[in-house]
Amino acid sequence: MTNMTLAHPQAGPAQRPRSFWDKLRALPAGLLGAIGTLVFLLIWELIPRSGLVPARYLPPASAVLAEFFTLLGTATLWQAIGETLLGWAIGLAIASVAAIILGMLIGSSGFLRRFTASTIEFLRPIPSVALIPLAVLVFGVKLESKLLLVVYASFWPVLVQVLYGVADVDPVAANTARSYGLTSYIARLRHVVWPTTLPYLVTGLRLSASVALVLAVTAELLIGMPGLGHEIARAQSGGAYSGMYALVLTTGLLGVLINAGFRFIQKRWLSWHSSIRSEADR
Amino acid sequence: MNDEVSRPAASAREQRQEILLSVHGVQKIYASKSGPVEAVRDLTFDLRRGEFACIVGPSGAGKTTLLKIIAGLLEPTAGQVTLEGKPVTGPPKTMAVVFQEYGRSLFPWLTVQGNVDLPLKNARVPKDERDRRVTEALEAVGMAHAHARYPWQLSGGMQQRVAIARAVAYKPHILLMDEPFAAVDAQTRADLEDLVRDIWHRLGVTVLFVTHDIDESVYLAERVLVLSSSPTVVQEVVTIDLPDERNQLATRSTPRFAELRLHIHEQIQLAKRGLVPAQIAAGVL
Amino acid sequence: MSLIKRTAYFVALPLILVFLWWALTLNSDSFWVPRPAQMVSTFTEVWIGPRFANDVVPSLLRLLVGLATATVLGIGLGFVIGSSRTLRRLTEPVLELFRAIPPPILVPILMLLVGVNDSMKVLVIVSGCIWPILLNTIEGVRSMDEVLGDTARVYGIQGLSRTIMLTLPAASPYFVTGIRQALSIGLILMVISEMFASSSGLGFTIVAFQRSFAVPEMWSGIILLGLIGVLLAAIFAVAEKRILRWYYGLKEVEHSE
Repeated sequence: MTNMTLAHPQAGPAQRPRSFWDKLRALPAGLLGAIGTLVFLLIWELIPRSGLVPARYLPPASAVLAEFFTLLGTATLWQAIGETLLGWAIGLAIASVAAIILGMLIGSSGFLRRFTASTIEFLRPIPSVALIPLAVLVFGVKLESKLLLVVYASFWPVLVQVLYGVADVDPVAANTARSYGLTSYIARLRHVVWPTTLPYLVTGLRLSASVALVLAVTAELLIGMPGLGHEIARAQSGGAYSGMYALVLTTGLLGVLINAGFRFIQKRWLSWHSSIRSEADR
Repeated sequence: MNDEVSRPAASAREQRQEILLSVHGVQKIYASKSGPVEAVRDLTFDLRRGEFACIVGPSGAGKTTLLKIIAGLLEPTAGQVTLEGKPVTGPPKTMAVVFQEYGRSLFPWLTVQGNVDLPLKNARVPKDERDRRVTEALEAVGMAHAHARYPWQLSGGMQQRVAIARAVAYKPHILLMDEPFAAVDAQTRADLEDLVRDIWHRLGVTVLFVTHDIDESVYLAERVLVLSSSPTVVQEVVTIDLPDERNQLATRSTPRFAELRLHIHEQIQLAKRGLVPAQIAAGVL
Repeated sequence: MSLIKRTAYFVALPLILVFLWWALTLNSDSFWVPRPAQMVSTFTEVWIGPRFANDVVPSLLRLLVGLATATVLGIGLGFVIGSSRTLRRLTEPVLELFRAIPPPILVPILMLLVGVNDSMKVLVIVSGCIWPILLNTIEGVRSMDEVLGDTARVYGIQGLSRTIMLTLPAASPYFVTGIRQALSIGLILMVISEMFASSSGLGFTIVAFQRSFAVPEMWSGIILLGLIGVLLAAIFAVAEKRILRWYYGLKEVEHSE
């Protein structure tokens, strides 16, 4: 890895002739990413065309991209995206509010932390899909089923991060606050606990946002309420394979956008926090 | 500690005329976003076998760059480093390096014993010889009792002792040290300085010691190379004519020590203002 | 804290919850919520017996095979990509996209490409589990300490020795995190692949109970899934604590400073 630092243009007489690889690595990161994406698309194009995989089951990239752009012009796709995002947003909001309140409550008391630890550790690894049959039985093919899964799955990352955050409250900051007369519980919560917890909370929210999207789409796929997951299942059973891949691509891009959005918030709001500050200092 | 020192044998004394390391015309230019930056302009000096030399210079003088070039970790833009007659193109087998960042140069997943043993294991030294060398090296630095502990369980000074033991067990012909004691407290630092002098005496190894501390360089070395500010050249070479037997209190309070220290201090002040003595700029040493 | 106190803390809330469950269902005859005693008997009836060998063991085997394959592939590829800045930059956008695709929607794709069989189910698990392992390994190899790398070079540790003696242990906290994330994804995918297209397995059985309105049986399946999740997480946590003892020790020292 260290020999990368040796790649300097005005090198001495010992310099080897520049190979294709040397030229490639001098390119800026964004351009390299674009080249990588093109290579990926090219391979995807060639696999079905060469007959390695039947083109009916894996249509070439060009066909899927064409389908993707056609879909972008249809109301069906945007409706599906809207349905998925609706379940995602409501579920994430319910889970976050519940997790923040419970996390602050449990985290601020040593007794409550110890009292609930085993139960939290037990409930957290339960796979959320185990609840699918229950959701179907109780709620049927409705938004509530989707919400049950999304809320259950996205509750844990936020709760765990808030617990970490509250536990991380700097005793020095807490004592300083007390010496400045911030004695009431609310004042301490507002000026000491909350700012410390915020960076952890945003990390938890970012994790939960991804999980929530996965569960929203999974619920649509398996249970059948409207949304991207349901569209994928329909395209698959209807033999519209280009459309199915285009929908998968859409879902992936949606995930990338959500993740990028939360990273942006993290960077924008929390530039003062040490975990982000230290990266810049280095 | 110095009482027990046994000097290298007479034949080894004669060997000391032999040039071990030769740095010739070394230049290093980094590419940066605002254009090329010349960190090191033109460095030329020789080290004789068995010598203890210190490199001092103002901060930002490219000391670490120079050391990395000598260690074969960095390619010079121009010039050449020769060790025992062979040009250095990668880390040489007969060289060991002790870095400043002890916490980052010891392998945290290995015990003290494992850390000292790893280079020997990699060099396929037989098991019984390895065990012997590791034990000896740990005893030499006073860390034999801690062989089963992990580096992160030790204090900074102790970690640096382990790093020195690892270098010693490797049996190098030359030992490079890059500001090894810059991050430890004053008392530990004095102990470690004496430890390095002691090891140098006992093993007859050549030591090149980089520091920004003038006192440390005068106390440790036989010769001090003063570097200029960046772009770096050798500002002056000062021979330390203090007696070989050194003591933290006695040596440091001699008038000669004070003179040498003052002289080097003045040279560094000149260097900071960018003044280079004419004969050195002309390349005459 | 004494052992008794720790045990008390550990069991108190679960016991209270079970008690509440018992008390609240005492006089109700709800179709949806069975009573604790009824639950225990249904659980033993349904799962202790041939069904365990026929439905649970094969599911778990597929999970293990898929997870192991994903681990080997993820770490191997992660080492290759992670050790070259150019490769990292080339692959970054594509890997980000693949990571963002919800793994369950790979099920219909793989059904198409591979058909409905065991290898499809294993492949679903592999294709979902590989991303966290791969991306964490890349990050681990990339962020390896420069001084540590220089130290290894100075002592002539290079090539395969470098990979084994330096890169592998240095990146291990990262890919272990990846494997932990993959474990829960794998369990989910194991269930989903069976719910979708199967005639056996844990996921299939639970859905079959649900379709026939066998509510206590369905609950017992949900509980079994939960137990498996908890058990796997616990086993992994123990193994992780042992393998990465040095890492947690190091972190503890760093935090106390």
